[in-house]
Amino acid sequence: MVLYKMSTLMEIQSVPSKDYASLGLQKERLVWMLKKMVEIRLFEEKVEELYLMRGLITGPAHLYFGEEAVAVGVMSALDPNDYIISGHRGHGHALAKQIPARLIMAELFGKSTGTCKGLGGSMHVGICLEKNSLFASAIVGSGIPIASGVGLALKHKKSDCVVAVFFGDGAANTGAFHEGINLAAIWKLPVIFVCENNKYAIGMKVENAVATNSIAARATAYGIHGISVEGNDPVAVHKATKEAIETARSGGGPTLIECRTYRQKGHGVYDKAPYRPKEEVEEWLKKDPIVNFEKKLTTSGMVSEKEVEKIRGEILSEIEDAVKFAQESSILPFQELEKLVYS
Amino acid sequence: MREITYAEAIREALREEMIKDPNVILIGEDIAAYGGAFKVTDGFLKEFGPERVRDTPISEAAIVGAAIGASLMGLRPVAEIMYMDFLPISLEQICNQAAKMRFMSGGQLTVPIVIRTQYSLGRAHGAQHSQYIPSWLLQVAGVKVALPSTPYDAKGLLKTAMRDGNPVMYIESSLLYRVKGPVPEDEYTVPFGKTDVKREGSHVTVVAISRMVRETIAAAEILKEQGIEAEILDPRTIQPLDIETVVNSVKKTGHIAIAEDDSKTGGVGAEIAASIAERAIDYLDAPIVRIAAPDIPIPFSPTLEQEYMPNKEKIVEAVKSLVK
Repeated sequence: MVLYKMSTLMEIQSVPSKDYASLGLQKERLVWMLKKMVEIRLFEEKVEELYLMRGLITGPAHLYFGEEAVAVGVMSALDPNDYIISGHRGHGHALAKQIPARLIMAELFGKSTGTCKGLGGSMHVGICLEKNSLFASAIVGSGIPIASGVGLALKHKKSDCVVAVFFGDGAANTGAFHEGINLAAIWKLPVIFVCENNKYAIGMKVENAVATNSIAARATAYGIHGISVEGNDPVAVHKATKEAIETARSGGGPTLIECRTYRQKGHGVYDKAPYRPKEEVEEWLKKDPIVNFEKKLTTSGMVSEKEVEKIRGEILSEIEDAVKFAQESSILPFQELEKLVYS
Repeated sequence: MREITYAEAIREALREEMIKDPNVILIGEDIAAYGGAFKVTDGFLKEFGPERVRDTPISEAAIVGAAIGASLMGLRPVAEIMYMDFLPISLEQICNQAAKMRFMSGGQLTVPIVIRTQYSLGRAHGAQHSQYIPSWLLQVAGVKVALPSTPYDAKGLLKTAMRDGNPVMYIESSLLYRVKGPVPEDEYTVPFGKTDVKREGSHVTVVAISRMVRETIAAAEILKEQGIEAEILDPRTIQPLDIETVVNSVKKTGHIAIAEDDSKTGGVGAEIAASIAERAIDYLDAPIVRIAAPDIPIPFSPTLEQEYMPNKEKIVEAVKSLVK
């Protein structure tokens, strides 16, 4: 008897730069990837500053430090027409899905010019229909069955598009994860379940929350494809996502991708994360996704250090512009709110 | 006019809307191959095919979650939660996701879904298969709630729900499924937020919801023999709630009783009573009375269940004490 005959479990390690061309990744796309990762990092640095030092942003803000390769790797493989569903740690997804920094920053400021008119906040910045960035749930795990529903509609309409849903290792233990993935599996829906295993659910270590050493392996239990990927390498994540897209477009149904990465800072901007061993943090900081990817691109001659500096400069002024835009924007009048409850 | 049952009326609404709008799909447990736990969708699988009539695993959160996701993409799903007791399993998706999506996206998203469910109070199903909890939904802005009491309203309200652009909870009473009533063959809808005056009367206003409308109509006949004329109002939707019609009636009668299957504490009747106290207390000649279920889980023993349930006798008794 063959168990789990429908599923495969695949491991994708870091991709050496000599293999980039064979994946169809040319200079332009690779530089875009680096640029997006740097943009996310600098954006989050600015959010941290605005929050901690200047007190201009309040409420929760779950930053994406260290996980940039996941959002950028996935988005570099998706078509702009493909859909995403994000979660509470979603600034990076939103930027990678090409939502302008201005709109995201304005949302963090609670302004009417934000992606959600200031009614969503940090945990919902990724709601932007224009970019097919459909929704961001701040209830851990709940975006998963919603993504299956999006997949159901795509299949119903015989669309070629796919939907990718982002969630953390903590979400993998919710009932919604089980129900949502199972539904997509039995109906063979074009959904890519992207688990960002950043090792912590607030302060809960993944080792204490999951009895095995693999979330991707759960895919086999649903009869779908599972990929465990080096989540700090955007090209490895790109490769994994391409595999998943191909499976989905050929009618093979969903894929569960576990991106092994690390939350470089605390759960929220206010959390200093004293519960993490110092050595563990240092170990992972050495594996910083941006430093390593930048090194790969510069040593292989695809981009010069001078060009990288130029990119940084451009992004910094873009972010300053976003802050200015957010500060100068107005707040929605309270009497407008009632009109937004029902259509 | 022809007469059909409440279940047939629901079935007709679903079928007619599915024929008219190819974006309507049905998802839920045992709705396709089995034909629905109460046979409401019997034959739909054959008529509309497995793409539009989807059996799901026992996954209430995913049933509603998937309906939400599909609705964001332009479909109009009707999800079924087999018993209202199972609703809490999907409540996260209803309350945190569906209800708030439009608001917290700044108006970008719309969630045109209908969630059909039913309560089986009165069928000896015990505490976990009989519960009736519509008032839970009143605290969640963004969801509409319809509670049909007749075959006519069942069809008309469901059509309105299926064409609405918002999440709608459509709550059926399984004791009403076999009840017959006049339903026109021609197209019609019943608007949300319009209280139906079921009977006019000058002595007392009785607001009745869902199954209690029939009980109240029966009670009014008994009260009439004793010289009390009850005005019976059925709000039909509790979100939106047409309280205006109730206020106007109270101004005329000076007395109000509310008949409902909710547990008394925090039930829909509590909200109606509070609104009347706010809006019409000066017109009341006596305290507001609620005929509701006691604050205990529903007992299985059929005899005890009957004692638990609000009914026409309890309405007669309460109204008589009110209009002395």
